[in-house]
Amino acid sequence: MNKLVKLFTIFISAITLTLASISSSFAKVEGEYIVLGSAISLTGKYSSNGVHTQNGYNMAVERINKMGGVKVGGKSYKFEIIYYDDESNPKRAAQLAERLIKQDGVHYMLGPYSSGLTKAIAPVTEKYKIPMVEANGASRSLFTKGYKYLFAVLSPANQYLEVAIDLAVEKNGGKPVKIAQAFEQDAFSQDVRLGILDAAKRTGSTIIIDDKLPKELNDMAATLAKVKAVKPDVLVVSGHTKGALTAIRQISEMKVDVPMLAMTHCDAAKLSKQHGKKSEYALCASQWHKNLSYKDKFFGSGKKYDKDFKKEFGYAPPYQSAESSAALLVFKDAFERANSFDRDKVRDALKTTEMQTFYGNIKFGPGGQNVAKPMILFQVRCKGDVCENKVVAPTKWASDKFYHPIPKWSERS
Amino acid sequence: MDFLIFKAPMLMVQASLDGILLGILFALIAYGMALQWGVMNIINIAQGDLVILGGYIAYTMYLAGIHPAWGVIVAPIIMYFVGVLLYKLVINKVVDRDLFISILATFGIAIVFQQLMNFVFGADVVVAQSEYGTTMLFDNSVTLPNSKIFSAFISVLYAVALVVYMKKSRLGRAIRATAQNARAAKILGVDTEKVYAATFGINAALCGIAGALISITLTLHPYVGLPYTVRSFMIVIVAGLGNLPAVAISGMGLGLFEEFADYILGTEFRIGAVFMLLVFILVYRRFKLSKKREYLK
Repeated sequence: MNKLVKLFTIFISAITLTLASISSSFAKVEGEYIVLGSAISLTGKYSSNGVHTQNGYNMAVERINKMGGVKVGGKSYKFEIIYYDDESNPKRAAQLAERLIKQDGVHYMLGPYSSGLTKAIAPVTEKYKIPMVEANGASRSLFTKGYKYLFAVLSPANQYLEVAIDLAVEKNGGKPVKIAQAFEQDAFSQDVRLGILDAAKRTGSTIIIDDKLPKELNDMAATLAKVKAVKPDVLVVSGHTKGALTAIRQISEMKVDVPMLAMTHCDAAKLSKQHGKKSEYALCASQWHKNLSYKDKFFGSGKKYDKDFKKEFGYAPPYQSAESSAALLVFKDAFERANSFDRDKVRDALKTTEMQTFYGNIKFGPGGQNVAKPMILFQVRCKGDVCENKVVAPTKWASDKFYHPIPKWSERS
Repeated sequence: MDFLIFKAPMLMVQASLDGILLGILFALIAYGMALQWGVMNIINIAQGDLVILGGYIAYTMYLAGIHPAWGVIVAPIIMYFVGVLLYKLVINKVVDRDLFISILATFGIAIVFQQLMNFVFGADVVVAQSEYGTTMLFDNSVTLPNSKIFSAFISVLYAVALVVYMKKSRLGRAIRATAQNARAAKILGVDTEKVYAATFGINAALCGIAGALISITLTLHPYVGLPYTVRSFMIVIVAGLGNLPAVAISGMGLGLFEEFADYILGTEFRIGAVFMLLVFILVYRRFKLSKKREYLK
């Protein structure tokens, strides 16, 4: 019996060793495949957005491969991605990044979901000099650390709601406004807050309520009671999906009247579906909307992407999927311009990226953030019981007029 | 700015009412915890996760087109059986053991429940709509969501029913006897094994009711159970075991404390203040006990 166990152990270790040696030969490029690696949240608290990210990546891989792949040195290559589940845990994500690079021999990385996890992975990719194109880490602190191998296709978090303050000032006849704000205490929301502080300073506006929401919070009645008492011109809330849902629930229940309400994460929270008419007139920051007029040859327009994505995955693509797809387009473009698989050449090519995708224009600033694409704002508008997100700013893409001020609750049916 | 609350008396009224209504709901969860803590000497870390599971039952009904308020009847029934099952699978092995073992075991249950709920219901934050509207007081300057009033009312109703049941029914007497002295109860013919299972079931049922109420008043997410565990732990520590009026009062007190901490210290210290209070109370209790030379049962 004992012998059998020993034999079995030897057998298993032999297999493991062979597998390990095979996988380490899986370098950057395997035959006709360019191998990319990504740690992604398939379980745990970010799992729904993790899946949106993965679907976005997969959709782009399939499309690029089908349309001729990546041409380097006169030969055509296909993309392939190795995924590991990071369980929504930053420590695990960093370990997996190490594993992808050291064991699987991956030379190019795609980002995980969320700023927190990107922050955990970036030092690892930086250490091994692995270029990473990420699509879901917007925190400003990612772009101030001097990372040389990190590129983000999305606009940084501090830009999310700055436009909303400008809009409020514009509606106030160019005069400064009174701002009430409530932000969760996490990297992303605090960056959004910094953006508001900048905008307030620039426009001479005053912040009359500045609440920080703890991350366990699911009741903001006290903040809203204060808002009711001091009557600001604009209320800004950012606390991920929980913040958005809690805010709308309690604003409608407590009948808080504000002329303007600006938020983040409305589409991730499925506000218009979960709260219906109660969420009407809420103004939401978004990285992307299908109605924007950007185009590329792989996905066509935003509308076409929306249609194809629905066909493939059975639901409308949130912006997390669109930006993830765009990350692959950026990689393809960089490989072809570098015309090499040398990591540093690819990195240099990434650095000089200047292109348009269905998701928006992409050009990287010195910190790696995308400086070519503005944030957009949409407003929830309802017809009968059906509510939709309508783009209202910037004016270039606005499909609908911004409705201001929000009618009082006593006048709403 | 910080002391806005003292300038506007209506804010004071609003904060007090919000706090009390929320506190009653916490008290219901805490009562379940006190019950099984008293009877079985188990601190249930999974308490909050049982609450969230109850919430998801109501939410599932809401998705199926049934009004989520019916959850306050359906969720406790389902949760009772979940509780009994949990007892048979895990808890019966840790009753009468070291308190630390029960904390570990229930901590494990909490993790399993979180992951299962995440797997089944997804990681999105969800809400169920009651469409109960709002009650306006004092010329619209104080607004109370009817869903909160409803949840406080239901909590009181169930708590009263439970007290009566514990006093009058056979099982209630058996539970109280077991809590006082399990060995003596056993000698006198009480099937303590059954009593334990029923107690844990009743606790889970109370959590189910609270969860259904939370689905229409607050928000649900697989990982938000822990704050409910901590709050109920705290209420029980303050009120002591087996003392329902004290649990109710300390529940409302905690609700009030949270609301006022929010206004005076700032929203960011709301939960922190609760933890600080917990530390303070534990130290105070310890101090008092060492003076009296008694032991905490």
